[in-house]
Amino acid sequence: MKQGFYKITENTALTDTVFKMVLEGDVSDIKNSGEFINIKLDGKYLRRPISVCDVSDNTVTIIYKVVGVGTEQMSKMPLGTMLDVLVGLGNGYDTSKSGDKPLLLGGGVGVPPLYNLAKRLISQGKKVSVILGFNEKDEIFYEKEFKDLGAEVFVTTVDGSYGTKGFVTDVMQNIDYTYFYTCGPEPMLKAIYKASTTSGQMSFEERMGCGFGACMGCSCKTLTGYKRICKDGPVMEKEEILWED
Amino acid sequence: MGRLNVNLCGIKLDNPIIPASGTFGYGYEFAELYDINVLGTFSFKGTTKDPRFGNPTPRIAECSAGMINAVGLQNPGVEKVVSEELPKLAKCFNKKVMANVSGFAVEDYAYTCEKLDKCDQVGWLEVNVSCPNVHGGGMSFGTNPEAAAEVTRAVKKVTTKPVIIKLSPNVTDIVSIAKACEEAGADGISLINTLLGMRIDLRTKKPVIANKMGGFSGSAIFPVAVRMVYQVANAVKIPVVGMGGVSSAEDVIEIMLAGATAVQVGAANLVDPYICRDIINNLPAVMDKYGINNLSEIIGGVK
Repeated sequence: MKQGFYKITENTALTDTVFKMVLEGDVSDIKNSGEFINIKLDGKYLRRPISVCDVSDNTVTIIYKVVGVGTEQMSKMPLGTMLDVLVGLGNGYDTSKSGDKPLLLGGGVGVPPLYNLAKRLISQGKKVSVILGFNEKDEIFYEKEFKDLGAEVFVTTVDGSYGTKGFVTDVMQNIDYTYFYTCGPEPMLKAIYKASTTSGQMSFEERMGCGFGACMGCSCKTLTGYKRICKDGPVMEKEEILWED
Repeated sequence: MGRLNVNLCGIKLDNPIIPASGTFGYGYEFAELYDINVLGTFSFKGTTKDPRFGNPTPRIAECSAGMINAVGLQNPGVEKVVSEELPKLAKCFNKKVMANVSGFAVEDYAYTCEKLDKCDQVGWLEVNVSCPNVHGGGMSFGTNPEAAAEVTRAVKKVTTKPVIIKLSPNVTDIVSIAKACEEAGADGISLINTLLGMRIDLRTKKPVIANKMGGFSGSAIFPVAVRMVYQVANAVKIPVVGMGGVSSAEDVIEIMLAGATAVQVGAANLVDPYICRDIINNLPAVMDKYGINNLSEIIGGVK
């Protein structure tokens, strides 16, 4: 983990409510796909944890949805704004277990962390399939970006306005895969947990205090003990997950 | 003797800065960020007799200039703290640590304190009779002078280390509780724990926190802390550890003027993990600005 100041070099709308922000600064502490960063905003007490979509030598890309006052404030920030950010948070995905045909499943703003993961897996010579799930056509983003990486991409929409009508699990059953990686809303994770025929890793979300393991604000119970989503997660192995309801 | 030195219950602190319990874990997460030996000491995560998971999530809500938490004393239990956490801490911290203890019965407090009394690493026992996030214990001991005194007496019987009783602000007369603890043998008082608060999500029309209510902390509560430290410090002869929304070197000086011998920094650690180190570094310049030679001479300077 590292605290630093990062300059906004891009802040553009991908859909009505989803934005892409590129931050320039020291990203050497970002080691894995599936990590997150924690952003301090003027006038807000707690930082905003946002998953890393992609990382380059000196930039980190995040994709965020405007859901409250903090993310709305972010969406209006001009280029050149300096942000106080903690980087290198969370465990991230372990690519060593993927086998040669990993399947990536993302739902809504759960899609972004899979982008760097797909890039990493493809660079390791693996055949990557991606299923992107959205509610409707207008919410879709990053389909082309995943295709440009060389992944096989499927899109599902709940209302059927684009791609396959239904959920990511409707496509999942027709794909030959060796392992899965996913990020998205909890009902989707549960459905994937049930539908999957292999091992896999799932990224979870929770309201956080600090984001680096100090406050115990985001604890959860797992089959391997109590874990902090921010520090021991957000990525958990399928085999350790304990659904509480 | 350095300009920042203070003496807390017979133990010299290099400076008065103490990360507050529940915001600093058992120290080692922060030791990855900076050398935590620069601290005066720190108060470790509230420890109970038995392991606890704590409350369901969400446990955190944001407020203007603060936050609410309802963690509910998640901790591995005193046996594991002694056998695992303290040895781990010894690798990155060579000072005496403040052991924060909570309980659900007077005997629980005594049991946990007796175990921690045997640890050389522990300098002080900070006894939390003020946790707002647990039922049938915690704060209920700190809202009544007789109950707070009973816990104090029980703990004093099992330890020779200084006992600091951590008080709740959610009371009508904090002075009477502080005095009852002093009469029962407490070596110090720390205050304030969090203020009971609540937030409601307008979209779901439900409380943000699963436990509905939680402890409000952060810079918003600083004036309440200053006032209560002032009231208590003027009523007791034992040292007072001040806390509640402290987030700058200026805040440290202000709460010391109100009567604090040492100062805990809580919620601010969660937002800016380097804050305690930075406050310590900033103190000399801020002291110069206000014509203060030594911190020890300003304690309780406001009458």
